[in-house]
Parts: sequence; structure tokens; C-alpha cells
Amino acid sequence: MVRLIGTLVGAGFILVLLISLITGASTYIANPPVETVEHEFHLEPRAVAFQSDGPFGTFNRQQLQRGLQVYKEVCAACHGLGLVAFRNLSDLGYNEAEVKAIADQWQIEVPSIDPNTGEATTRKALASDHFPSPYANEVAGRAANNNAFPPDLSLITKARSGGAEYVYSLLTGYRQPSAELPAENRPGQGLHYNPYFANLNIAMPPPLVADGQVAYADGTNATIDQMAKDVSAFLIWTAEPNLETRHRTGLAVMIFLLFATVLAYMSYRNIWATAKRDVRAIGPLDPEHMAKRDAASREAGIEG
Amino acid sequence: MSFPWAEEYRPSNGFMRWMDDRLPLPRLVFNAVGGGYPVPRNLNHFWNFGVLAGVALTIQIITGIILAMHYAPAATMAFDSVEHIMRNVNQGWLLRYAHSNGASFFFIVTYIHIFRGLYYGSYKAPREMVWLLGLVIFLLMMATAFMGYVLPWGQMSFWGAQVITGLFAAIPLVGEPIQQWLLGGFAPDNAALNRFFSLHYLLPFVIAGVIILHIWALHIPGSGNPTGVDVKTPQDTVPFHPYYTAKDGFGVGIFLIALALLMFFAPNLLGHPDNYIPANPLSTPTHITPEWYFWPFYAILRAFTVDFILPAKLWGVIAMFASILLLFFLPWLDKSPVRSGSYRPLFRMFFVILLFDVFILGWMGGLPAEEPFVMISQTATIYYFAHFLIILPLVSAIERPLPLPRSISESVLHGEKAEAAPLGVQPAPAE
Repeated sequence: MVRLIGTLVGAGFILVLLISLITGASTYIANPPVETVEHEFHLEPRAVAFQSDGPFGTFNRQQLQRGLQVYKEVCAACHGLGLVAFRNLSDLGYNEAEVKAIADQWQIEVPSIDPNTGEATTRKALASDHFPSPYANEVAGRAANNNAFPPDLSLITKARSGGAEYVYSLLTGYRQPSAELPAENRPGQGLHYNPYFANLNIAMPPPLVADGQVAYADGTNATIDQMAKDVSAFLIWTAEPNLETRHRTGLAVMIFLLFATVLAYMSYRNIWATAKRDVRAIGPLDPEHMAKRDAASREAGIEG
Repeated sequence: MSFPWAEEYRPSNGFMRWMDDRLPLPRLVFNAVGGGYPVPRNLNHFWNFGVLAGVALTIQIITGIILAMHYAPAATMAFDSVEHIMRNVNQGWLLRYAHSNGASFFFIVTYIHIFRGLYYGSYKAPREMVWLLGLVIFLLMMATAFMGYVLPWGQMSFWGAQVITGLFAAIPLVGEPIQQWLLGGFAPDNAALNRFFSLHYLLPFVIAGVIILHIWALHIPGSGNPTGVDVKTPQDTVPFHPYYTAKDGFGVGIFLIALALLMFFAPNLLGHPDNYIPANPLSTPTHITPEWYFWPFYAILRAFTVDFILPAKLWGVIAMFASILLLFFLPWLDKSPVRSGSYRPLFRMFFVILLFDVFILGWMGGLPAEEPFVMISQTATIYYFAHFLIILPLVSAIERPLPLPRSISESVLHGEKAEAAPLGVQPAPAE
């Protein structure tokens, strides 16, 4: 009975699926899907190497400091970094006084309350503050940017497929659209052509426009490519500040687990191998053990 | 436990005797996972995965309880509290990555455990209850994992909750009220997040309870084995401890190595980048996909594209639930008296096809609903239903199984399985 009902139910599902499949296939043959312009002109992120890549990757602190400088002088005008606190910058190799100075000199002030009047005001950032947002709220951000809201960058390298390579490619990917690009896909008012962006036209104007735009404190030649790489590396750190600890812990855990597993394997083989060589039965089936057990039972007055 | 030669628990010292007389907990442990549980001696490594699933649940419960101490189940705070765990809580990143990747590993070992059962006929008499309880655990796991994925309140959390509760809206007449009742509102918000958190904390303990029933039901007939032949004599078994505790110890080692590789060196590989974007009800992601372990079912859901008597969406929902519910009837659909697929050549061939079929469904479920992926999903879904509802009953009727070994010992001594003769009987000379 179960099988009869089962066969009928199965046949029902298969019938509906066949109708779906035939309908889909005839549509597919009649109107083959055309590749969308977005898909045709879209580019995958370019490969770029960072010191934090791979299982033993570490941060290049010089590069992170340069990246912070790019963020501070270029990105911070529009993009927040709300999940990162100034105190976290000590991870970049700054000492306490330097961290305090960076917070104190940050262009954007932190929202506060006037202790005398209770009115809303702003004050200079402290090391314990998170990076202040450039806009009071999303509406203000949209109003200032042609209705496009610049996203917070704290997690951007984890929140985009392609990660830091995507950020790097996007920053260096602005160009004139090719001649074949249809007119309706060309950038409209306030938009900029960038083939690494999903729909090809991004509201963000090219942020890195000239070599030497940032005067690096460590004297590195600030080409556009270098600045894009440095700020991408910095954003890897903001998204995953514990990356180095994770890699180090992982290595120690792997060594421990490999050792423990080899021991577990050896004890497993050992237990099964001795049993193989031993002609007698083992454990509860061992006649000697059984005799002992029966003797113990008799002693205790239990009938085996 | 069930065999007459199972050893009876004998306390080795006065304290244990005192204890055992008052609360026979030592006896229970001895008979469940100790020397008092005889197990077929020819089990292969596929029999490790039940224990591994138990280990995975334990990891989830321990990491989850600690994460809950730092997490804030409020729509305005949930996303930031997860980032607080990642950045400010001591070893918080480790706990969270262990929990999120641990969920994936829980499903990996459970899927292998289920396919082990499908191949070796573990669902057949006298172990039907073991199979049915296992399916209940699987359903509870899916519910728990879905609600857990909502908690970080990222874009995929929010839109996943919207889509999955939206499935209930496909039910005629009462669908939309049901969806609103489940969510506690018209869209996922604080009410939904709070109840999902509450249930996500509750269900793992329900799972633990059903696992106890699952093991209890298993210990009535005893474990199956790769030949599918019943245990006949003491020579066919070895005590669980030390033989299978040692073997499972090695299995747990391999499992932890795999988990550690993923959580320390590629912790976001199985996740979706969009879930690092805070939930935004006004911005729909381009492709909403569930976690990878739901992809086969998601492919079945989306395979129905034509309104035929019922709306296509309702067909998809019914088929998705049916694809799991039909497994409850498996013991009565496959009536072949031979358990193990190793002795069923025709079944074995279809089993391999099913394995590929489920992989294809999973692959398609992760891709956008575009052609030709939908047509591939439709073909694979046809095979899925045909396999269980039409092919299996037919195969069990027409198949001629290979001759079975007379006993487990005979099979071991003839070297059919490398896991040879722990009882130490001299192997018969090769013919």
C-alpha cells in the first residue's frame, strides 16, 4: 500500500516537473537567454598579493600605517569606520601617545553633549572613541552624495565577494567606457564607469586621481596603485583585526591535533592489532576472564 | 546490551558498588558505550560518523552558550554585538568561527551518516525506529541552523528569514496569517529575532533528547554492520570499549583537524559575504541563497516553475517538504530483505546515481535561478523523487542479490574487510 501510494505521489511530482522542464526548455530554445550588458562588460577583481594572504600571513605594519593615512586623507571624508576604535590603532605599531594624537587631530569630531547646557555638540575624539561617521545619519549622507550612501568600510573586505582584491580593483578600475558599451549603460549624471562594480556605473567619484595625492610619512612613492594597495591592506585589518592571532593559534592547534591524532591512530591500531595476534578471545569473551567472572558471581552468591 | 553474551556490569570497587545499587548510572554507561555493549567487529570508518555528529553537537552547545553571554538579540544591536564578539571579547573570534564552521561540519558528518544508512540499509527492520528518530533529529537540526543563521542580522539573515517564512505564505487561504504569526509581524524584525534566538537556544537540547532516544532504539537490536548480516555468535562482536572507543578517538582527531583547518585558515569560505552587511529591509540582495547545507532542498523548491492545478510556488514548497518526509517511509518502500548495498548490484548502481544527483542539486541550489541551471535542477529533482518512490520499490522486487556470507566472522576471515579478526582466529588459507 505504501509503495502504491508512493509511486502515485512520485509520478505526480514527476509529471509537474516534466511540464515545468518542457515549458522551460521550449522557452530556452525559442528565446535563448541573452547575456546582459552588465555581465558582458563586468570584470572579475584583479589578483593582487598581500602579506596577510595564506595560512601564515601577517600584517605589514608599515603598509597598514600608510593605508590609515590614505583612509584619513581620502576616504574618511565620506566613509565611516564605525566598528574600529582609535585605541585599536596600537595594533598598527603606534604607541599610546601617537594613538592619542591621531584621535585628537582627527578632522571629524565626535558627537557629544554640552555639560553645561545639555545641548548637542561635538568634541575632539579620544583614544577610546570609535572612528566618527562623517554624516550625522544616512539621510545626511544621501543628501550630500547624490542620493548614494557611502557604506561604512569597517567590514568591506569581508562584505564583498573578492574581498581586498575587489577593493583594490575598484579603486584602480575607473576608465572611459569602451566604444561598444550601449548608450543606456553609459554613466548618467553623477555616475562613473567602473567595470569592477556590479552594474558598471558607480556613484563614487574616482577617489585616487593623482600620484602623490597622499604624502606618505615614510617616504614611499605614493602612486595610485600603491595607495590603492595600502588602503586595501588597511581594510583587511579593519575587517579582521585578529587575523595574526588566528593564524598563530591555528598553527599551534594544528600541531597539537596532528600529534594527538597520530597517538590516537597508534592506539587504535595497537588495540586492534594485539587482538589480531592474540589467539584467545578478548574482553568478555576471554575464557579466563569468564572463569574469573563466574567465580566472582558464585562468591557474591549471584547465579550467573 | 541486547546479546546474551553482553557482559554484566560488575563494580570494581566499593564506591561504584554503593553507587550502582542506588543509581545505576555506572551500569548505564558501561552498557551504552563501555565493555558491556557488544558491537559487530567488521564496522568500517563510515560507522564513526554517529559519534562525530555527537561531538559536533557538543561543540555547538558549548560555543553557543558562551556566545549567548555576549550576544544581544535585538534588531538594533544584534549585528554590532556579533562584531563586538569578534573584536572585543577574549577569544570571541575563535568561539564564533568555531560555532559558524561547526554548524557546517555538523551537517557534513550528518549527511555522511545518513548516506551510510541509505547504502547499508540501516533503516530496515529491526532498526526502523532508529531511522525515524534520526530523521526527526535532522529536521530539528535544519530548524535550528536556519534560526541560528538569522541571529547575526546581516543581509542574508534578514532575507533568508523573509524567504523561508515566506514559504508558508504559499499555503492557500491561511498562508499569510501563518507567516505573520511565525514572524510576529509583517516582516522580520525584533519580534522574529527574539523568538528565533529563544528557539535556537532551546532546540539543541531537544536534539540531545531525541539523540538519547535514537541511541536507546539502536541498542535494542544492536549496531548494524557493512555485510548487513545479523550478529549470530560472540565471535561476531567485540566490546565497544576499548575497540570502538579507540577507533572513534582516531575519527574525532581527523574531524577536529578538518574543522581547525577551516575555522583558522578559511573561516568565511562557506559563508556569504552579504552577511557582513547589516540587515536592510529596503535593499534586497541580488541573489538570496541559504547556507550550503540547504542548497539541495533550495534547488528542489525552485525546480517547479509552472502553475499546474496548484501555483508553482506551492508545488515547490510541497515538494521540498516531501523530499525529506518521504525518507520516513523508506523502510516500507524498499522491501528487499538484503540490507547492505554491497550485495545488491542493481541498488548499488542507483545509489551511486543518487549520490551524484544530490551533489548536482546542491550545486544548482547555490547558483542563481537562471537557465540552464533551472532545467538541470528539474532533471535532478525528477531523479530524486523517482529514485525513492519508483526505482527503489521496483529494484527490491526484481533484483537478484549476491550471495551473503553466512556470518560476520566468515566475511572477516575471508578478508572481505580489512578490519580483520580481532578475535585472533587464524585466517583460513587463501584458496
